[in-house]
Amino acid sequence: MKKIKLEVAVPYIILSVIGVCFLLPLLWVIFASIDENAQQALTLPDKITFTNYTSILSDPANIRSFMIGLGLSLGQSILVVVVGVLAAYPLSRYTQKYKKPFMYTILFMTSLPITAVMVPVYQLFVFLNLQDSLFGTMLFLTASGLPYSIWMLKNFMDSVPINLEESAWVDGASIWKGVRKVVAPLMIPGICTVAIFTFSMSWGNFFVPYILIQTPDKFPASVTIYQFFGTYGMVEYGKLAAFSVIYTMPAVVLYLFSQRFMSQGFSLGGATKG
Amino acid sequence: MNMNASNYVTKEGRLKKPQALRSIVFLLPSWLLLLLFFVGPILLTVFFSFTNLALTGTQAQNIDFVGFQNFAAMFDDANFRISVLKTIVFLFLSAIIGQQVLGFLLALLMKGRKQSFRRIIGIIIIAGWVTPEIVVAFCWVAFLNDSGTLNMILNAIGLSAVTWLYTFPMISVCIANIWHGTAFSMMVFQASLDDVPTELEEAARIDGASKIKVLTKIVLPIVKGTIVTNMILVTLQTLGVFTLIYTMTGGGPGTSTQTLPIFMYNQAFVNYQLGYGTAISLVLLVIGIIASLFYIRSMKVQI
Repeated sequence: MKKIKLEVAVPYIILSVIGVCFLLPLLWVIFASIDENAQQALTLPDKITFTNYTSILSDPANIRSFMIGLGLSLGQSILVVVVGVLAAYPLSRYTQKYKKPFMYTILFMTSLPITAVMVPVYQLFVFLNLQDSLFGTMLFLTASGLPYSIWMLKNFMDSVPINLEESAWVDGASIWKGVRKVVAPLMIPGICTVAIFTFSMSWGNFFVPYILIQTPDKFPASVTIYQFFGTYGMVEYGKLAAFSVIYTMPAVVLYLFSQRFMSQGFSLGGATKG
Repeated sequence: MNMNASNYVTKEGRLKKPQALRSIVFLLPSWLLLLLFFVGPILLTVFFSFTNLALTGTQAQNIDFVGFQNFAAMFDDANFRISVLKTIVFLFLSAIIGQQVLGFLLALLMKGRKQSFRRIIGIIIIAGWVTPEIVVAFCWVAFLNDSGTLNMILNAIGLSAVTWLYTFPMISVCIANIWHGTAFSMMVFQASLDDVPTELEEAARIDGASKIKVLTKIVLPIVKGTIVTNMILVTLQTLGVFTLIYTMTGGGPGTSTQTLPIFMYNQAFVNYQLGYGTAISLVLLVIGIIASLFYIRSMKVQI
């Protein structure tokens, strides 16, 4: 009897230990953010205060960086979805010679590390006079998110039956109207998944804006928080933690929201890029 | 999809516009963006890596072809060889050993546990994945610092503190990357393990097969494909890691965590040698391209 009990208990013990190891670094950022005298070590705050949060949020420069980050990521998500749906339509509905090589190229692009092209991208931006341009940065981010979005949206569109669209055409709707009024509404879960994924990737991206944007006034939140770390990181732990929590929030909220659309679980078939 | 919409005739008997033209119009925006900002930079990488392009000085004005000079310099550069070595160590420890093995272990251990317990552990692991890379770096810098949580725990159990980021910088960034990335592998393996028929496992258990035997003879052969695909994907993601290392150690102390992305950044934007930096990024790109081709092969997708 005892042996069986041990066999049942061991996985729970191992998992609990791993869980605690994963939790500890995260707990620090939460506790330190509500502690006025936060230190580097994990301690329970004597009393809970929100002064760290108010001091971060009362700085107009921080608010501006959040707004820029929001605009950048939101703009990119919208562009990625619109351009992606447009591209997915002929790839899903029509049979054409070039379709297969094109889809393989797209799949290939989803897995290439963007880091590897950043030096020439910087050079390209200088050449096109786009360096330090938020709009240019957004276009580049859009292009880097497109392969994944085209791949996913094409697969989602494949599951929308064509008969519904055909009846819309019979009623006199154009192809474009059919996409907007019939296909897109039926793909809302897919579109939301792609939009949320794109937004989170963009919101958390530090390297691209760090290379392409030079004026501090134009930094999105990811670069501003890095600057804050560089300047006050080793002194103002509480504020750094509060800044981190605020900055992490959109990613967490969107992840929880996306769970509603990803009921079918997590499969590699979608070429997920983390 | 075999639907052929061009053969579709409306009630009024008029044929819909030819597909080919419509395809071009619909695909044009993505083509333009991908060509300008994706294919363009890849071609530029190849082109610039044969030039003496610099960020400042006289060389910034006129670019000259220097042939294989950048590559010759690169292979002569002890720093380059160190970076390749550091990249391999980082990939092996954090991607293959860390994320892949730990992710599989987590998925395996979680299978069949109580739902509520699974959920709590799952949320904790996924929290590290949802957290943006730069915040992951802050959490771990604080955790591993001289007066951080880990040393506090070590002191409490009677051990002396360790300057983790100076004494074991590579281990430190690897652990942070494992913390950030493992959830992805765990979710992939959870989905894959759910596909293993429980009847098969139960039948083998009744026949007297040990747990280890069930794992090696039944479970592993079924999830083999997923393991290969996930390994390539995680390797590709880890190959591009810049933010985490840059924020935690800046590639240091010395060159101890200087992986290829960090080395590339330093040459291009700190030493202003864009041509040399591009040659390094070409190496990254070639490794990425080879791995991506393996990735497509391993996916066995039907298009």
